[in-house]
Amino acid sequence: MTTSVDAKSKQNLKTAGLLFGLVGGMIGLSFAAVPLYKLFCQVTGYAGTPRTVAVAPAPGAKAGADLIHVRFDANINGIDWQFKALQTEMVVKPGEQVLAFYRATNTSDKAIIGTSTFNVSPAKIGGYFAKIDCFCFTEQTLLPGESIDMPVSFYVDPDMLTDISTRDVRALTLSYTFFEVPDQPETEQTVSGIESQADADVSG
Amino acid sequence: MAYGAAAAHDDHTPTGWRRWVYSTNHKDIGTLYFIAAIFASIFGGGMSWLMRLELAQPGIQYIADPHFYNVLVTGHGLIMVFFVVMPALIGGFGNWFVPLMIGAPDMAFPRMNNVSFWLLAVAIVLALCAAFVGGGAATGWTVYPPLSNATFHPGMAVDFAILALHVAGASSILGAINFIVTIFNMRAPGMTLHRMPLFAWSMLVTAFLLLLALPVLAGALTMLLTDRNFGTHFFDPAGGGDPILWQHLFWFFGHPEVYIMILPAFGIISHIVSTFSKKPIFGYLGMAYAMVAIGVVGFVVWAHHMYSVGLDVNTRAYFVAATMVIAVPTGVKIFSWIATMWGGSISFKTPMLWAFGFIFLFVVGGVTGVVLANAGVDMAFHDTYYVVAHFHYVLSLGAVFGMFAGWYYWIGKMCGRQYNEFLGKVHFYITFIGVNLVFFPQHFLGMAGMPRRYHDYPDVYAGWNMVSSVGVAITAVGTLLWFYIAISTIRSGRLCEANPWGEGATTLEWTVPSPAPFHTFEDLPDISKQKAGH
Repeated sequence: MTTSVDAKSKQNLKTAGLLFGLVGGMIGLSFAAVPLYKLFCQVTGYAGTPRTVAVAPAPGAKAGADLIHVRFDANINGIDWQFKALQTEMVVKPGEQVLAFYRATNTSDKAIIGTSTFNVSPAKIGGYFAKIDCFCFTEQTLLPGESIDMPVSFYVDPDMLTDISTRDVRALTLSYTFFEVPDQPETEQTVSGIESQADADVSG
Repeated sequence: MAYGAAAAHDDHTPTGWRRWVYSTNHKDIGTLYFIAAIFASIFGGGMSWLMRLELAQPGIQYIADPHFYNVLVTGHGLIMVFFVVMPALIGGFGNWFVPLMIGAPDMAFPRMNNVSFWLLAVAIVLALCAAFVGGGAATGWTVYPPLSNATFHPGMAVDFAILALHVAGASSILGAINFIVTIFNMRAPGMTLHRMPLFAWSMLVTAFLLLLALPVLAGALTMLLTDRNFGTHFFDPAGGGDPILWQHLFWFFGHPEVYIMILPAFGIISHIVSTFSKKPIFGYLGMAYAMVAIGVVGFVVWAHHMYSVGLDVNTRAYFVAATMVIAVPTGVKIFSWIATMWGGSISFKTPMLWAFGFIFLFVVGGVTGVVLANAGVDMAFHDTYYVVAHFHYVLSLGAVFGMFAGWYYWIGKMCGRQYNEFLGKVHFYITFIGVNLVFFPQHFLGMAGMPRRYHDYPDVYAGWNMVSSVGVAITAVGTLLWFYIAISTIRSGRLCEANPWGEGATTLEWTVPSPAPFHTFEDLPDISKQKAGH
């Protein structure tokens, strides 16, 4: 009798142990969701997340006669900057590498580090909008009153013209929102690095 | 107490405050859960009455502060979901009747059961703090950032709400583990899973849903807590986070949560329909696996709460289809209940009336659910009173009617005294008329575009809002009548025999005396010779 009771309670503890493991696993998964969610958006272009690529496209075997209107949008949220696109719209050929500029001006009297989020709309085009280089990949530091022009180099993937769900798109909007980097350290960071990078992009 | 003779074992029968505070007895803990749920329902129900009082007429009558109105919305939602429906259906009926139905002497881990209950009691206090401290949390039960972050809710209220949910979640997870271990390992000889009563099945599925969904809520809440207090940026785009991630995590928990609230009621209704039709339940295995199917599919439909956040069309198409699939196992259950009644010798006792009410109301709520599952329609109905009407038909009315049905069905077993049949029926009719007056007009308000979570509205919505508030007054009368019935039953109801319902009541809890003795099934019942299927 006692042994069977012991065996029973041992079995109960074993089952409970498995179930506690399940709970731990689910908590782990919920935290794993944070990086996975980001990764998922970047890989699939989900919710208008533009693709990031290292190299320019092979010039357009597939490029057709269709022209795509790319519009530029600039927003700020809680940061003491002026931020605008230097061109409101460009007409580009799919497959063609394009360079566009945004200008940010620090209107405050202290150095501010800014960071931006970005997406394209309509959201379904995200996977076909590829950025080669962009100021949004790094944080930007602006000294008081300083103004910089920031490049973004991109192309529209010609495959969008054959995808049944995106081939109707002839206009898309690239949008940025600048935020102040929270909890900034008091550093005397220079902007020379960013400027020289911008120069290189322009000349390249 | 009344347990003297039946409990003349060598085991201890604790008395006085020790019996309740230190309790490891599944029946006493079940009773404690009921007391907690009734206590919380006074606050949760009172808040809804205040809201309807303000909304009876256009303009500002009683609640001038819109923030306070939303504190009421939030408190009502959190309390009703976590501290009324879950404790009553899972903690109360589950603790009382799962061991009795499967022929087990108690839960697998009685001490852990005690911990579960007292964690819940602490969580209720924390949740009430969330409503009354630091201006109150006005985030809705969904606690979406950025509204719930430190910018828009700088006080401690949201932190209290988060802690309340954490503690309540821990309580439920421990309870769920207890149920699963009990059901898997402690069934009486001959009680295979496929012969187990449907209420035990419903608790098994519910426990698994709790186990898989609540940790995700705990994770998300922890992120929100550190976002608010320790400078992380999980949901803050300035730091690289994304507020939509909260919605995904919350609804990955939140959608299974609605099935957690309704599945135990499904189990209760199955027993009542079978008992009062004097027939075994129609399609027993189909009923059991329909609940399993609802549980499984319930985990892959969460984004139908998020149609308007900018999901692309393919994603919405998937969630529309997946959501509609849930109507299939739900339909299996509804039709099986009707088929159980078909040709049965039906007696219209009070529990059966509540079961009828449940089936009717749940079908209404289910049908509007299929309407709302359409992403295109939902773009118009999102955050309107149509949604409010829908989820109150399935939860407020469905789950609550399940609770009242179970209460009338089992009160004789729990306290040894039977309720007054006439008053029980009066309670049913008043409540049925009242709640339909409250919520049916809200469909019209929602279709006319009245948004949720405002303390005022344009004059054009005046008529149906008044009807809805009158319905609350009628329901309130019914609720007060229930309090009278409950007290008079426990104090002076006529004594109840072991099985007051006759041949239709075939499950094991009717084989023990009423009230169920302090210790039951110390010698396990052998049901291997009984014929299968409840």
